[in-house]
Amino acid sequence: MTMVTYQAKNLLAQVSAGLDLEVSFSQAMKGLGFSPQLAHILWLPLPMLLVLVAALIGVLVTVWLERKISAAAQQRIGPEYAGALGILQPMADGLKLLVKEDVIPAKADSLLFTLGPVLVLVPVILSWLIVPFGQNLLISNVGIGIFLWISLSSIQPIGLLMSGYASNNKYSLLGGLRAAAQSISYEIPLALAVLAVVMMSNSLSTVDIVDQQNNAGFLSWNIWRQPVGFLIFWICALAECERLPFDLPEAEEELVAGYQTEYAGMKFALFYLGSYINLILSALLVSVLYLGGWGFPIPVELLANWLNQSIDAPIIQIITGSLGIVMTVIKAYLLVFLAILLRWTTPRVRIDQLLDLGWKFLLPISLVNLLFTAALKLVFPTFFGG
Amino acid sequence: MTIASSTQQICFLVLSAGIVIGSLGVVLLENIVYSAFLLGGVFMAVAGLYLLLNASFVAAAQVLVYVGAVNVLILFAIMLVNKKEDLKPIKGLQLRRLLSGGVCAGLLALLIRVDITTTWKLPGPQAIGEQATERIGEHLFTDYLLPFELASVLLLMAMIGAIVLARRDILTNDIGTGESVKPGLIEKANTPLLIDKSSP
Repeated sequence: MTMVTYQAKNLLAQVSAGLDLEVSFSQAMKGLGFSPQLAHILWLPLPMLLVLVAALIGVLVTVWLERKISAAAQQRIGPEYAGALGILQPMADGLKLLVKEDVIPAKADSLLFTLGPVLVLVPVILSWLIVPFGQNLLISNVGIGIFLWISLSSIQPIGLLMSGYASNNKYSLLGGLRAAAQSISYEIPLALAVLAVVMMSNSLSTVDIVDQQNNAGFLSWNIWRQPVGFLIFWICALAECERLPFDLPEAEEELVAGYQTEYAGMKFALFYLGSYINLILSALLVSVLYLGGWGFPIPVELLANWLNQSIDAPIIQIITGSLGIVMTVIKAYLLVFLAILLRWTTPRVRIDQLLDLGWKFLLPISLVNLLFTAALKLVFPTFFGG
Repeated sequence: MTIASSTQQICFLVLSAGIVIGSLGVVLLENIVYSAFLLGGVFMAVAGLYLLLNASFVAAAQVLVYVGAVNVLILFAIMLVNKKEDLKPIKGLQLRRLLSGGVCAGLLALLIRVDITTTWKLPGPQAIGEQATERIGEHLFTDYLLPFELASVLLLMAMIGAIVLARRDILTNDIGTGESVKPGLIEKANTPLLIDKSSP
């Protein structure tokens, strides 16, 4: 039976294939006289580069937004002179970090000190592999999809522990230990919340998860079927990103800057980049898992029908493709806006409150949510993915 | 030779070299922190091998469980008891090293002999790739249900044991001798971090 559903799924994917840039690229290359293999090799780095650049531009925008919104929250003006509305301020920040002296403390373990930030940044960037911006607009539609992100994000605490230990500074070590404890305890409810969504869509792949939500526009988004799961996921994502109210690992008043204390220049910039890329990634994944990903609030097929256009016409496909990208980015940035507002309006929790919240509240609630989803799936298979 | 297969071969060589050198480092390095980090690297390389075998779910599970949980806990334990003290000199250290080296070499020889004498089925069973996740789930809930449940009971027992050990205030008397435990050893697990204002 599973074979049949698998084949049916494949067939469905072929029917609603939509825009596939790889096919058109390799056809164009074939027209220029390249072999299919060479075309494939030429194609491979393109989406990776594109996504990397997109992630970096996303960081610049987020840093600017953070400065502007925090200023507004505190009735200041914020950056103003670097470009219009201070839009070049993040670039100036980046350039400053780039030309700063790269200091390694004399008694630090220089090898681990250098390796730490790299281990923090690389898994975050790798996780962008599975973020879909459209039916075929992602680097790789791997079968384990969202599970890959969960397992990759579990590597990060090693990098944090490494940099905390290598700095040879007690504040750094405490910050690293706190970061690792925090990310271990919040990973479990996070994974359980994701599992409930996966149970409803019968697939780990992010593309299938979005497809399952886009039958009836915004009414079929997962947030209506998983309101508790959405809240758990959002809280845990904030904790994993070490954003206020969960920024204990770098609590300025207690730990100077936690595991980042001894870092300067580009190594510090790696941490900085890592935390912002992680924030955007989490926002994107919330929109993929709960807010219908690239889906327009009203189904695009319906809109095309109203306008008497075929959904398979090339121009309509380009329009729906771009609409999908815009929708994904808008949803993600709404969540980023929410995260920034939360950061500038909430106080920090204590470490015991943080661990209590994770283990004694979120973990049981997410278990109940999972059981409840399973029960609902058995009772109402049409609404909760049969 | 196609590009895909040569890439695979290069990846295999790099990963296996990483595993062999990394595990030698885990055993031979003096600094225990380096050993722990190298252990994480070895686990990652093993996950890479699973990926090469087209078992992406097993690879991701390996990273999640071994790197994300086991190795992080090992590091945690090392860093929480990070005392810089010299190890006491052990009597006959050279002899012990020689003996354990001999045992390891014998084991290696045995494994190599098994490897050479067995006739391996080539090519092996077809990898099922993306469907592996479903297949593993089916097996876990049908014919491997009992081992699966037993493993979870084992984990539960370990967890309860750890809690009992961590909260020594439960055991005020030594289980073996019946004497009362030294009061310094008794920890209060739930003392609040802030000083209670109601009591002077």
